[in-house]
Amino acid sequence: MMKSLLPQSQLRRSSVATAARSAAGGDGSAADGGGGAGAGAKAPASSTFWFLLHALCCLISLFLGFRFSRLLFFLLFSTTALYHSTTSSSSAAVLRATTTTTTTTTTTTTTTNTFTLSFAAANPPPSNPANRTALEAAAAGADKGGTSGNPQSHVVVGRHGIRIRPWPHPDPVEVMRAHQIMERVQEEQRRWYGVKEPRQVLVVTPTYSRAFQALHLTGLLHSLRNVPYPLTWIVVEAGGSTNATASLLARSGLTFVHIPFPDRMPHEWADRHATENRMRIHALRAIRERKMDGVVVFADDSNVHSMELFDEVQKVQWMGAVSVGILAHTGTAEQPRLSEEEKQNMPLPVQGPACNSSGHLAGWHTFNSLPFSGKTATVVGEAAPVLPKGLEWAGFVLNSRMLWKDAEGKPDWVKDLDAVGENGEEIENPLNLLNDPSSVEPLGNCGKKVLLWWLRVEARADSKFPQGWVIEPPLDVVVPAKRTPWPETTTELPSELLEDKQEQDDRRLSRANKSSRPRSTTKRQGKEN
Amino acid sequence: MGTWGARAPPLAVAALLLLAVVVAAQDTERIEGSAGDVLEDDPVGRLKVYVYELPTKYNKKMVAKDSRCLSHMFAAEIFMHRFLLSSAIRTLNPEEADWFYTPVYTTCDLTPWGHPLPFKSPRIMRSAIQFISKRWPYWNRTEGADHFFVVPHDFGACFHYQEEKAIERGVLPLLRRATLVQTFGQKDHVCLKEGSITIPPYAPPQKMKTHLVPPETPRSIFVYFRGLFYDTANDPEGGYYARGARASVWENFKNNPLFDISTDHPPTYYEDMQRAVFCLCPLGWAPWSPRLVEAVVFGCIPVIIADDIVLPFADAIPWEEIGVFVAEDDVPKLDTILTSIPMEVILRKQRLLANPSMKQAMLFPQPAQPGDAFHQILNGLARKLPHGKDVFLKPGQKVLNWTEGPRGDLKPW
Repeated sequence: MMKSLLPQSQLRRSSVATAARSAAGGDGSAADGGGGAGAGAKAPASSTFWFLLHALCCLISLFLGFRFSRLLFFLLFSTTALYHSTTSSSSAAVLRATTTTTTTTTTTTTTTNTFTLSFAAANPPPSNPANRTALEAAAAGADKGGTSGNPQSHVVVGRHGIRIRPWPHPDPVEVMRAHQIMERVQEEQRRWYGVKEPRQVLVVTPTYSRAFQALHLTGLLHSLRNVPYPLTWIVVEAGGSTNATASLLARSGLTFVHIPFPDRMPHEWADRHATENRMRIHALRAIRERKMDGVVVFADDSNVHSMELFDEVQKVQWMGAVSVGILAHTGTAEQPRLSEEEKQNMPLPVQGPACNSSGHLAGWHTFNSLPFSGKTATVVGEAAPVLPKGLEWAGFVLNSRMLWKDAEGKPDWVKDLDAVGENGEEIENPLNLLNDPSSVEPLGNCGKKVLLWWLRVEARADSKFPQGWVIEPPLDVVVPAKRTPWPETTTELPSELLEDKQEQDDRRLSRANKSSRPRSTTKRQGKEN
Repeated sequence: MGTWGARAPPLAVAALLLLAVVVAAQDTERIEGSAGDVLEDDPVGRLKVYVYELPTKYNKKMVAKDSRCLSHMFAAEIFMHRFLLSSAIRTLNPEEADWFYTPVYTTCDLTPWGHPLPFKSPRIMRSAIQFISKRWPYWNRTEGADHFFVVPHDFGACFHYQEEKAIERGVLPLLRRATLVQTFGQKDHVCLKEGSITIPPYAPPQKMKTHLVPPETPRSIFVYFRGLFYDTANDPEGGYYARGARASVWENFKNNPLFDISTDHPPTYYEDMQRAVFCLCPLGWAPWSPRLVEAVVFGCIPVIIADDIVLPFADAIPWEEIGVFVAEDDVPKLDTILTSIPMEVILRKQRLLANPSMKQAMLFPQPAQPGDAFHQILNGLARKLPHGKDVFLKPGQKVLNWTEGPRGDLKPW
């Protein structure tokens, strides 16, 4: 069976133990074959063997005491009786009883105990009637009854073997099953404690064609694919829709709406902010026209979103605000050096709702761009920090019904979308959509949890990114591979290789030049070259 | 519930009931033990308890000497006394009482490290019983058969921490007829008397409540355990402590990534339990431990590795449906056992654990709340009423032998 003995190390400790193990080894370790082995040990024994064993035990008891040798003999003689049906339990029980008495002495008795208990452990729990007689015998035998004192119980007090299976390592099939169990448990948790009726998420992304567009859109695409709610991606592209964007969206597997925006994206950051705002309003108008229902999330293509954001926005009633981490220090060659004091006093680079002690919205925490004044990028692609201007749209979420012409329960502190921007004023941030900005709900544990990060990274103006990320003509060699001789690279190859391959060079040269097969002509051509 | 449907002819009524059962089954399930749906019973009006007034040396002075008694896992005896003093089921008239309670704290003699010493407990208990039998006639009327005592020590009223010695002593002779309210429970064990009420050990409810995490935090640990595997101080070679079961858990599963087991004492112990699917509750020197209470409160399915253990309120709570029982011999196969439990069974266990009455029944909150462990103890006592014929003795009849027991116990305290 699967049982082995832990204290092999203890057994190794004393030489006694090895002797004992070898003597009782046949009937000790393996549970099943014990009886046969025991009998086998006895059958071919000659008198000299017994004499030698006796002598050995005498020697041992000189060092370690009388008890050990007595017990050893007891074991040797009782093993044959062990595996008979009814009487086995009696001897096993007696063995158990003896273990309790011998625990008083130290090392040797522990070694005997361990393999003694291999019998005890190996025996299946004896049936009740046998046990009762056995234990009565044991009790009568003036050994302390090791059991719980009641004849019916088979739980034994005293030292037990430590059961270890032969291969105590995880089974991959079971690991997979455990993971499936955990997934199912988590799904059930979501069903009980999570969002009861998940609403569709409407993601509004303004974008335009530039070197990093594919980079940003691919990242956002993968984030959105992982959102566990029904989702529609509304992509507004400045300068009209391009085929590249259209094919990327088509390959994404998401439900999308690709809206072209007639104006081109300007090169200055300030103007880019303004154009993006107009693009977002354009998207909101589209939502209104199509009467799309759900939660509107403003996901700029270069931002990074956490999955908790999408769980949190399900809780929004009309308009909510989340905390956005502002990553303004990236993509720059020289960064403004701040003194230690400045660093200490720097406010958190987070935009989010600020709550009072009762958990209600008290105001806004915005990004402080004062330390950066004068050192920020003005043109897209410039090597300087790009900062948010005022409140970023990314930190707000809306219920799309707020945008509809008529929706039940629409609060009166929401302006009608058509009325917004009528007079040509700039819509700086979503608060302009409201009459009363104090009714915005703070989400994410009242803004304590940053759920997304705002980042603006664009390629430098002088960088040469391939159009559509397709390399044409194919890449040329900058560093040659060591063993493959290239044409026109003899000067760069190390000298030993030149010596090796000088003969083959001519032939290879001609092959590269795509000359004809006959040898004479190639040689001629090579020489000519 | 079902019998009404059987009797009422209209199908609509039956359908409504079925719908109610189905709806109820989806959120949390009602917990019904062998005694029926009794977790939410109100004991008020079902029994009356008279609390003896003992001299303070039996109770208050002990707590004053060492206030650690109020926060260790044996504190149930103290809080039960306090609860009964101000409870609605208390009666000041002993003639109408069904049960008599003796407030003697036998587990409050602590070593400097906080472990209770049981050596004086038999004498303390004996002295208390002598006091009440002399002052009031109610003990002699029944020789204690309508009295109950709270004995939350390792092996209950056997008053010893070593199992062999406890078995040798057996239940204190004077308590042989009384009802014992104890944490220890093991089938066919000398120290579990017939008719005893097993209770959970004390776990501080306030402390556990402050460590709650949102319930939607996904459970991402498969099996969790923190505690000793080898008691190197008392059992260096192993095999004695926990009957080798804890050592077996360690040796078999220390390399298994599904098992988050160690001897650490992390500050996030309670939070981690709430992120685990299974929590191991193996026996230690005694089969019971506060781990069971913690697992139930934090919604982690308890994996009980203690042969023949009797769990708290076993007649009110169907533990086989809530926890997983693994025989000590089967510990090497623990991973196979746990991963082959069918999914519906696991989800059902979690639903049962999520039932607030289940969690409440395991706790001893201050002040007491309906459905908590105090009320479950009273319910258990109420279920034993009315008293049988052999409770009241004929005048002059004597059953208990007052001089029985080791000589050291007979010394006055």
